[in-house]
Amino acid sequence: MKIYVCVKQVPDTSGKVAVNEDGTLNRASMDTITNPDDLNAMEAALQLKDATGCKVIAVSMGPPPAEGMLRQLIAMGADEAILISGREFGGSDTFATSQIIAAAINHVGLDEEDIVFCGRQAIDGDTAQVGPQIADKLEIPQVTYVADIKKDGKDVVVKRMLEDGYMTIKVKTPCLLTCIKELNTPRYMSVSGIMECYSKPLTILDFDALKDEPLIELDTIGLKGSPTNIYKSFTPPQKGVGVMLEGDGKETAEALAATLAAKHII
Amino acid sequence: MAFNNTDISAFKNVWVFCEQRQGVMMPTTFELISEGRKLADELGVELYGILLGDNVDGIAKQLGGYGADKVLVYNSPLLKEYTTDAYTKVISDAVEEFKPDIFLFGASNIGRDLAPRCAARLHTGLCADCTHLDVDLDGYIEYLRTGSSLDVEGMNFDSKLFDVKTNLKMTRPAFGGHLMATIVCPRFRPAMATVRPGVMKRRDFDAAKAESVEILHPEFKLDASDIKTEILEIVKASKKLVDLIGAEVIVSVGRGISKDVEKGIKLAEELAEVLGGVVGSSRACVDAGWITADHQVGQTGKTVHPKIYVALGISGAIQHKAGMQDSELIIAVNKNADAPIFEVADYGICGDLFKVTPLLIEAFKAEKAKKA
Repeated sequence: MKIYVCVKQVPDTSGKVAVNEDGTLNRASMDTITNPDDLNAMEAALQLKDATGCKVIAVSMGPPPAEGMLRQLIAMGADEAILISGREFGGSDTFATSQIIAAAINHVGLDEEDIVFCGRQAIDGDTAQVGPQIADKLEIPQVTYVADIKKDGKDVVVKRMLEDGYMTIKVKTPCLLTCIKELNTPRYMSVSGIMECYSKPLTILDFDALKDEPLIELDTIGLKGSPTNIYKSFTPPQKGVGVMLEGDGKETAEALAATLAAKHII
Repeated sequence: MAFNNTDISAFKNVWVFCEQRQGVMMPTTFELISEGRKLADELGVELYGILLGDNVDGIAKQLGGYGADKVLVYNSPLLKEYTTDAYTKVISDAVEEFKPDIFLFGASNIGRDLAPRCAARLHTGLCADCTHLDVDLDGYIEYLRTGSSLDVEGMNFDSKLFDVKTNLKMTRPAFGGHLMATIVCPRFRPAMATVRPGVMKRRDFDAAKAESVEILHPEFKLDASDIKTEILEIVKASKKLVDLIGAEVIVSVGRGISKDVEKGIKLAEELAEVLGGVVGSSRACVDAGWITADHQVGQTGKTVHPKIYVALGISGAIQHKAGMQDSELIIAVNKNADAPIFEVADYGICGDLFKVTPLLIEAFKAEKAKKA
């Protein structure tokens, strides 16, 4: 049994974000982090590894510096890592990305008892689309918004969150699960993990390695091939500056209430 | 005849996936039907709802009341509860049969499970979590004029790759709301989008149109063996969830309540009661476990535009502002005069929420009493 964990290196949008004059993101000015939901996916995989001794493989698509993130995930407990990296893959939308990742998983091999874990969504695009699209390309069932996982023989029983409650769902392997932060608290890298992280295998799959995979269509990958394209990008307008009221006492509160009452807002 | 989704001219009409749970239509569906009507009018085509369930004809007519011309209804015991496999198969087969040009889904936990799976199966593009949609180019330019930092005068909107006047332009926030991007899907059909709940305006219900809507029952193939998952149970949240999207007044709390969480939330509840509203929160309070996730406003929570939004002890991270800055009136209370929340506030008070909120409660009560 193997578990693939799909991870993405993302700009840390919770900190300061710089935008270039042409409306694109100034990535050079920003820190990169492992996408938070993906760490929950990794932790879920490692808990199954602790229980069953299965193999955990971290998979990421991105530029060469993503290797550093993958080494950290090995230090957390992953057995090996795969970095899908190539100029031809750059600028891929979710459709293109999912077929490249699906092809890489297929290339390494997806067996009957295997599971693919993803985070719910990445904080740079917030799309939540790549997981389901990988599952469709691999023709395996998916469950998204997973908040609890129990292995039951060849089946997996999961709790799937809805806005107004949850479902308990039984799914056969191989399958793909997308994880939310309520699922667990990701562990830290261990000291021994850090010591060993460079001695474990990290494979780089480039365009040549994947171009003959049946799941890849060469005319729908990369910036040019992606089904969706960016037409315009812009920054949202800044709202006109409001009024800072003087003071923080009773008079201030009463003045505000009187103003709103006079405007028939309250 | 094989399905060829690059033959753009063969695709026509606007479709909306009409999400129901336990036989009740999700409110977002009506927002999507209303928006779909606008797009269908811009293209001069028909608006279809596609509704899956078990014995759901009874809720199909109301879709006409919000603007649908036709509703495709697929009834089967296998479609009673949502499963990815069954819904993806029936919807993808229907798209191949009827060839819609545009297909909208609500960005609910179910819509965000279903739409990407359908888009992958149908080999087409999907834009996530849209907050604005246009076909009409002039309407789009007008939107940019007021809704963006771009100087639209003299800007080139033409494209060598596609017809900018007939393609759907899908606008969405990215990078936590720091950037907005308008996405197109020029080479494949249908152009698909999921749409943020609470963003699109619902039309007034037209009872005559609800009566005249055409309900169709196309044939379809679905077998139990198509479904690879088994639903063991469905549990509804025991507590009544807060209705942020429908609220006229929202009083939200942020990290500023950390000094006394219980009291901070109680003050927000009291202020909300005086103003006839509900309590919301920033992500920080949900992450800290102080309040449940249904209260969360922001990029990963809900987008709201109430008449009055009060932010108590919320610093105003861009992710939070993305979810509330279109409120009609914003009042912010924060100890830090430089807090970004003041950039979007109509009225700002620099002070301790534990001191200011009780004063606001008293002052609003007094004004209300005068009017009574």
